Amino acid sequence: MIEIKEDNICKAAEWVPENRFRRSWAKLKRNKAALVGGILLLVYILSAFFAPVLFPGDPSAPNLIRSLETPTLREPLGTDELGRSILGRILYGSRISLLIAVGVVSVGIILGIPLGLVSGYYGGKVDFLIQRVTDTMLAFPGFLLALALVAVLGVGLKNTVISIGISMVPMYIRLVRGCVLSVREEDYVEAARAVGTRDVIILFRHILPNVMVPITVQTSLSMGMAILFAAGLGFLGIGVQPPTPEWGTMLGSARSYLFHAPHVATFPGIAIFLAVLSFNLLGDGLRDALDPRFKI
Amino acid sequence: MHNYLIKRLLSTIPVLIGISLLLFFMLRMLPGDPAQVLAGQMATPQEIENIRHQLGLDRPIYEQYAVYMSHLVRFDLGRSARTQNPVIDEIWARLPNTLLLAVVAITLACLFGIPAGIISAVRPYSWIDYLVTLSALFGISMPVFWLGLMLVVVFAVVLQWLPAGGTGSWQHVILPAVTLASFVIAFIARMTRSTMLETLSQDFTTTARSKGLSEMVVIVKHALKNALIPIITVVGLQFGFLLGGAVLTETVFAWPGLGRLLYDSISARDYPTIQGTILIFGLLYIIVNLVVDLIYAFVDPRIHYD
Repeated sequence: MIEIKEDNICKAAEWVPENRFRRSWAKLKRNKAALVGGILLLVYILSAFFAPVLFPGDPSAPNLIRSLETPTLREPLGTDELGRSILGRILYGSRISLLIAVGVVSVGIILGIPLGLVSGYYGGKVDFLIQRVTDTMLAFPGFLLALALVAVLGVGLKNTVISIGISMVPMYIRLVRGCVLSVREEDYVEAARAVGTRDVIILFRHILPNVMVPITVQTSLSMGMAILFAAGLGFLGIGVQPPTPEWGTMLGSARSYLFHAPHVATFPGIAIFLAVLSFNLLGDGLRDALDPRFKI
Repeated sequence: MHNYLIKRLLSTIPVLIGISLLLFFMLRMLPGDPAQVLAGQMATPQEIENIRHQLGLDRPIYEQYAVYMSHLVRFDLGRSARTQNPVIDEIWARLPNTLLLAVVAITLACLFGIPAGIISAVRPYSWIDYLVTLSALFGISMPVFWLGLMLVVVFAVVLQWLPAGGTGSWQHVILPAVTLASFVIAFIARMTRSTMLETLSQDFTTTARSKGLSEMVVIVKHALKNALIPIITVVGLQFGFLLGGAVLTETVFAWPGLGRLLYDSISARDYPTIQGTILIFGLLYIIVNLVVDLIYAFVDPRIHYD
């Protein structure tokens, strides 16, 4: 799991003027790894949007006559056990994984940011309560927490997103809280408080923009993690259910044919790997560009 | 040191209570009758009634929690709805296998990850640094279960050097341990590189070099020693990943550990075993973090816990 040292990265956000963003953008563009990540991500997003154009037809329609065909010119990635095009299913699978990634970070952000802001800004009993709940959730490795939640909520796309999203909430709470602690005593916050600005305005208009840098970086890395977690759940058969073309689910089905048709398991794995790699490359690049002092 | 140990142990109590609440409400959040869920699909009405009485489900919620806690502190985790064996027995039977896998994997990860990170930091922006950085990035982006399948294809199907799954000999440990270690190697290498780069640029390293010490002594005795705290932290945190990854890896390699038990229990909706396994995973993670905190004191004498 990739975590950000919040105390380092937040301080960089305190003195970010506009030209700093321009410099960061220029730095990001010069970063070859981030550029490769950006290109991979673009290909991934375009595949998701144009899947019906690139592969007209139903990717879930079986064609048993062509079961487990090896890659040919006609079927560049071969077919699966039900004779379905692996390429077609991977293209449509990019839609599902993108949907999961966006959904998961949305859950993490919607719940984690307000809780982190409140916890860091108010402190005291509210902070204590939120932090103990966070501690409890962090007592479980992220994937196990998602697994436990799926066991309660049940399988399917919606529950996969909710479960993984909730497992990411403590990470956002900790990140935002740490940042808030480092900026809440700043003069501009003090000034806003002195003129009687309401807390909600201070939190969302004055403090939140100053913690956006670590949130942006974490979001990019979390999207990669979300794809990995969802694929893991799908692989175990407790995530997105067949015949939906989800990459992890495809790998799970391919296990039974590993010995005589290894290509069925190979390509969905490469798709997961490239999608996660794109977010990780971009996340690393963003971190280097936005806060040169922090680097893992 | 003793004071710290007591304080640190006491600080785990709220987390343990939190875990117990989480597991307590987990069952009550399920749609339907928790007694029916615990008893399983094949249970008779009498068995369901017995469980309802045993758990005190007809009593107020705080009394139910008290009953639940009294069972928990005695490690009475109920009976498996699948096998009817006590859950704790099922867990004890599999725990050594998971620990074996985790220990071998974390050892492999340290043996490869730390030297890779050091070499990378000693020669920054060289071809070897780029190779390590790129490999590490690939490692953290690769789904472990897919890597496991690919290793089976190469080493069990094509080369036939190692068994594809199961347990019984040291050869059976290799593929699952390597699979599990891959992500952790990558992360440890990244963290080692980052912290070593920092310590190698510190004044004390320059002083050590100016004294005429050999480069090996400077790197190992001066730079690495000071970079150990973040590395140990990462190793500890990654143990959590190993536990999570164990579910996937043990499923791929049919390894009879806790992860496999959790997977089988979720598939069979065997909630007593799911609860018990998750509890043990949580406890293991807490213990590892506690041990990591204690190791700090031995590694860095500047840390005074008293």
